[in-house]
Amino acid sequence: MSREVEQQNRRMLRARDAMDRRYAEPLDITALARIAHVSEAHFIRTFRATFGETPHRYLQRRRVERAMALLCSTDGSITDICMSVGFSSLGTFSRTFREIVGESPKDYRAAHPGVDRVPTHFSMAWTRPSEMSSSFGEEPGSGSA
Amino acid sequence: MFTNINVSQIFVLDQDEALEFYVGKLGLEVHTDVDLGFMRWLTVNVPGDPDRQILLERPGPPSMDEATAAQVRELVSKGVMGGWVGFVTDDCRRTYDELSAKQVEFTDGPNEQPYGIDAGIRDPFGNKLRFVQPAP
Repeated sequence: MSREVEQQNRRMLRARDAMDRRYAEPLDITALARIAHVSEAHFIRTFRATFGETPHRYLQRRRVERAMALLCSTDGSITDICMSVGFSSLGTFSRTFREIVGESPKDYRAAHPGVDRVPTHFSMAWTRPSEMSSSFGEEPGSGSA
Repeated sequence: MFTNINVSQIFVLDQDEALEFYVGKLGLEVHTDVDLGFMRWLTVNVPGDPDRQILLERPGPPSMDEATAAQVRELVSKGVMGGWVGFVTDDCRRTYDELSAKQVEFTDGPNEQPYGIDAGIRDPFGNKLRFVQPAP
C-alpha cells in the first residue's frame, strides 16, 4: 500500500471521527469532505471504498448505536431518545431501528441490559449494529434521517 | 504465575513520527531506543513507571513480508488494527485541555462514565488511545 493511500485512509478516518463526535447533527458532506481534503463526490466514493458503507449509512448506524445505549441506560422516552440522537421523526427512527437491529426500540429496551463498564470506544464499536437490510436508504447528503 | 505486564505493543507506521507524538505531545519518555539490526527496538513509558513499556513497532520485513506489512498498515490507517493503550490521569479535563493545545486529535470526550471521566484520542497513524480519571 502506498503512502498516499495510507494518508487517504487516515483523512477518511479523521472525517469519520468527526461524524462520531457530531452524530446528532445533520450530515454535512461539505464539511466532512473538507476535513478529508477531497471533493464531496470523491469523499462519498472514497469513504465507501475505505469503510464499506456510505457516510449516510455509517451515520445511521452510529445514531442507532447511541439510541441502543440510551434505551438501556436511561429512563428517557423513546421520542426523546429519537430526537437526541439526530432523528427528526419518530416514525423514521422506529422503522430504521427495526431495520437495523431487528426489533423495535421498545422490545430492545425490555430485552437488553446496559453496557456501562467498559471503555467508551469499545462499547461504541461492539454495540454498533451491523446492517441487516440492503434496502436501507443511502441517499447521500440527507441529514436527519 | 504472572505478576505484571511489562511490555505491550502497538504498530506505528513511522517510528520517528511516533516519538514526536508519544514523547513530544503525550509526554511519555523513551525507555529504550536501540537499533538491533533487524529492527529498531523502541519503547516508551509513562514518566515514573518504567516497568510498563509500550513497544512502538513498525510493521515490515523480516518479521512479516511486504504484502502482509501493507495489510497491517492499511488496517492501522483505517483505525481497525485493534492495538490501543489506556492511560490513567488524575485530571481528565486538564489533560484534555493540555493535549488540545498541542493539536492532539480527539475522538471524543471528556465523558462522564460510571468508571470515571475519560476521553479518546488518535495517534498520527490511526491507533486509538484513551485516558481516564478513575472514579473515586
